Amino acid sequence: MSAVVDERTSVGRLGDSITRPDGTAKVQGSFAFSSDLSAENSLWGATLRSPHPYARIVSIDVTPAYRISGVEIIVTAADVPGKATYGLITQDQPVFASEFVRHVGEPVAAVAADHPETCRRALGAIVVTYEVLEPLTDPERAIDGSHPPIHPDGNVIRHQRIVAGDVDATGEVVVEGEYEIGMQDQAFLGLEAALALPDPGGAGVELHVATQWLHEDRKQIAACLGLAEDKVRLALGGVGGAFGAREDISLQVHACLLALRTGRPVRIQYSREESFLGHVHRHPARIWMRHHATADGHIVKIEARMVFDGGAYASTSSAVLINGITHTQGPYKCANAVVDGYAVRTNNLPCGAMRGFGVVQACFAHEGQMDKLAVACGLDPIEIRLLNAIETGDRLITGQVIENVAPVARCIRDTAALALPDEPVGGHDGDPMRLPGGAGRTADARHIRRGIGFAVAMKNLMYSEGFDDYSTARCRLANGVVTLKFATSEVGQGFVTIAGQIARSVLGVDDVVLDPIDTGVGSAGSTSASRQTWMSGGAVNAACQKVLGLLFAHVAATNGVEAWSLRIDGSDVVDASGAFRLSVVEATSAISFDETVEYRHKPTEDLDENGQGDCHTAFAFVAHRAVVDVDPELGLVKVIQVATAQDVGRALNPLSVLGQIEGGIAQGLGLAVMEEIIMTDGRIRNPSFTDYLLPTFLDMPNVVATLIEEPDPIAPLGAKGVGEPPTISSTPAIVAAIRDAIGKPLDRVPVRPSDIIGLV
Amino acid sequence: MSDQMSDDATASARVGWNEQYALHVNDEVREVRDAWVGESLLFVLRERLGLMGTKGACEQGECGSCSVMVDGELVCSCLVMAASAVGQRILTIEGIAPIGAPSDVQRAFVDAGAVQCGFCTPGLIMAAHDLLERSVQPSEIEIREELSGNVCRCTGYGRIIEAVQRVSVNRRAGAST
Repeated sequence: MSAVVDERTSVGRLGDSITRPDGTAKVQGSFAFSSDLSAENSLWGATLRSPHPYARIVSIDVTPAYRISGVEIIVTAADVPGKATYGLITQDQPVFASEFVRHVGEPVAAVAADHPETCRRALGAIVVTYEVLEPLTDPERAIDGSHPPIHPDGNVIRHQRIVAGDVDATGEVVVEGEYEIGMQDQAFLGLEAALALPDPGGAGVELHVATQWLHEDRKQIAACLGLAEDKVRLALGGVGGAFGAREDISLQVHACLLALRTGRPVRIQYSREESFLGHVHRHPARIWMRHHATADGHIVKIEARMVFDGGAYASTSSAVLINGITHTQGPYKCANAVVDGYAVRTNNLPCGAMRGFGVVQACFAHEGQMDKLAVACGLDPIEIRLLNAIETGDRLITGQVIENVAPVARCIRDTAALALPDEPVGGHDGDPMRLPGGAGRTADARHIRRGIGFAVAMKNLMYSEGFDDYSTARCRLANGVVTLKFATSEVGQGFVTIAGQIARSVLGVDDVVLDPIDTGVGSAGSTSASRQTWMSGGAVNAACQKVLGLLFAHVAATNGVEAWSLRIDGSDVVDASGAFRLSVVEATSAISFDETVEYRHKPTEDLDENGQGDCHTAFAFVAHRAVVDVDPELGLVKVIQVATAQDVGRALNPLSVLGQIEGGIAQGLGLAVMEEIIMTDGRIRNPSFTDYLLPTFLDMPNVVATLIEEPDPIAPLGAKGVGEPPTISSTPAIVAAIRDAIGKPLDRVPVRPSDIIGLV
Repeated sequence: MSDQMSDDATASARVGWNEQYALHVNDEVREVRDAWVGESLLFVLRERLGLMGTKGACEQGECGSCSVMVDGELVCSCLVMAASAVGQRILTIEGIAPIGAPSDVQRAFVDAGAVQCGFCTPGLIMAAHDLLERSVQPSEIEIREELSGNVCRCTGYGRIIEAVQRVSVNRRAGAST
């Protein structure tokens, strides 16, 4: 039943491309994902959801559902024993809607029954009477106050300005643009799923769940259940991808509540449609930018206005907004700026974290601007970016000075130096499969136009704005075997691989055992914000280093050598003279060491009213170049190649880094040309994999990647997070390539066939 | 959504809820008892036969996560009614290789870095085995076309293509020696 990674990892030290410790189980189908967990006598849970974007609940009658054989219990808002609402930053989202529903798909009730089909019928039998209200769907109406508040907290989630330098500064060259970013879904494959196991007498509950942050879930669940946190135990159910969508609560409280009320284990698994309704998405955004520059292309001032549509509940919108506006300049020097940013509440689907977290939106706009600036100044897209490339020691528009390694110019040059595809349109063999439209065989090769686009990004790493951001790890060493314990969510990114590499490198052991990932140790923080390599890697490293100190002291005391002179050489402890050598296995045969460490990064600050403050922890950089073929008659795009050079600090596992780069680019490609949740009047029109298009093998091109390894002295292992940057500037690079191919401005993503043909 | 069962039906009167049949799965005959007639092959494999290696991710045949072989043909088990698969030979991921002794395709996926979250992986292993049975030396475009019914959200596909190519090379090298 356990979904934890609990097997010995393969041998390998830092820098090795070793394979995943859970790889064999995953390819054999024996790895237990959260949806694979069941228990004796368990029930199925399911959720009744609002069909309306905005309505008042007049009445709920559950009695017809209770007449269905196999139905055990139905719960509504009235049954929530603790706090009625939850949320990551502000607790504004109801466990179940009571007075109002504020978005399509908002939970209204939950049922537990003997079979998923019984659940479905029970949901259909619950009678909810709604008074339908006019939804607020236009973010501008949330800002201008023309729609009454749809929530007691109001329609503006956060408004923040940045005012930097000389606001009256002007440049000889001025370029302006309005950009729009559509709502993207994380579309992880492993749907939301959990198994809740009640303690006898309902004293507590154990939840096995796919999540990004066990301890934060526990805090919110316990509050809603009215239980002490130690009565709620969470274990990581195998996670089938996350990408931000598992940072918020979805089914956690519902599953626990049903289990506590029935005294039986309860499984909940979302359908794909429900998943689209039941988790937060990437914020759709509208961004206006005006860049002022000198005639030779140096940026003088940036003005911007950004509006992020947060949907019905706050989630992490306020943090997404701050990421967006503080990345207005991108990886470019800029002394003067005026930026106005809003995150607003509407009756659209709630939005929150997705890979890139506000920076995806900002980057699409600033990179569109850089290309416009290049044209206006008579430079090429690479020259304008090199001219303005930010460096270590430069001051951002927030006043924060970049302390990290910042190889922006190198990212740009190395990307530009990668070989362009040698294949002509249609490939050397003229196979129509290689043309836009692929298997549809619709394109005429003579009409296809090729384009090349370039884009560069900066991304903050870790949490910002004064958040107490830490991770915990425990290291035990006995008989030459290291056992590591942490609550770091493994979502596919491969932390379980590098954790073992760190322990082997620090302590000179071959055998590393990973304890189950659960709340039996302190918080690791979230698997998000490209932070776990740095944070949990830092915690594992610190715990191992502490054990190493104890090991050396023990070896010194028992062998008459000086502790300060000892170091690890391969699998042995040796002294500086080389005369003393003892294997770690022998040294720990009769003694064990056990240390738990909390690792914290340097504190950050809130932004003041002018958006000034050292709000971020660290930054990583990346450049992308895209080559596309476009069929201008049918509006179809085929991405031929994406090239990238990424600042990774130090690649702890190069194969794993490459996987993040290729996977991240695929999601960036999706946003560029195909992925969008389409909302009409607050209703989602495409909640399925038939209608929400994901990149397939045929949509994704070959990726050519260079890792820029300049170990960052600020990072505990020299390594920067690598997960988000690939998703960020790949999108604007692809759109720039399409613009290059067809000569149209294209100011929104995803680029649709109608945008290319010119129907809209 | 029309219910075939009246809301106030009792358990004993539930029509279509006590189906008995046998499926031929991974060279074994597996009895299915007291099943609802509307259950998909995916549901029956997982929930009634305990074969959890086959994954459900879209329920409409778009993502390939639930791929199994039925009478030698690669199908999405979410689209097959379990009761209609009686008499057919079903092969699931559990039937590809014994636990602890992965197939060449499975090993290549691990070694090439083709696995991240792993949710799509069993379906892709089924599809890759099927492809490599039919095509000894698939070209890159052929691999892309043949596997395009299987969606992966983590990897961007590059390492998966690499894994399939490695198997193809190794099999041909093995065959020629």
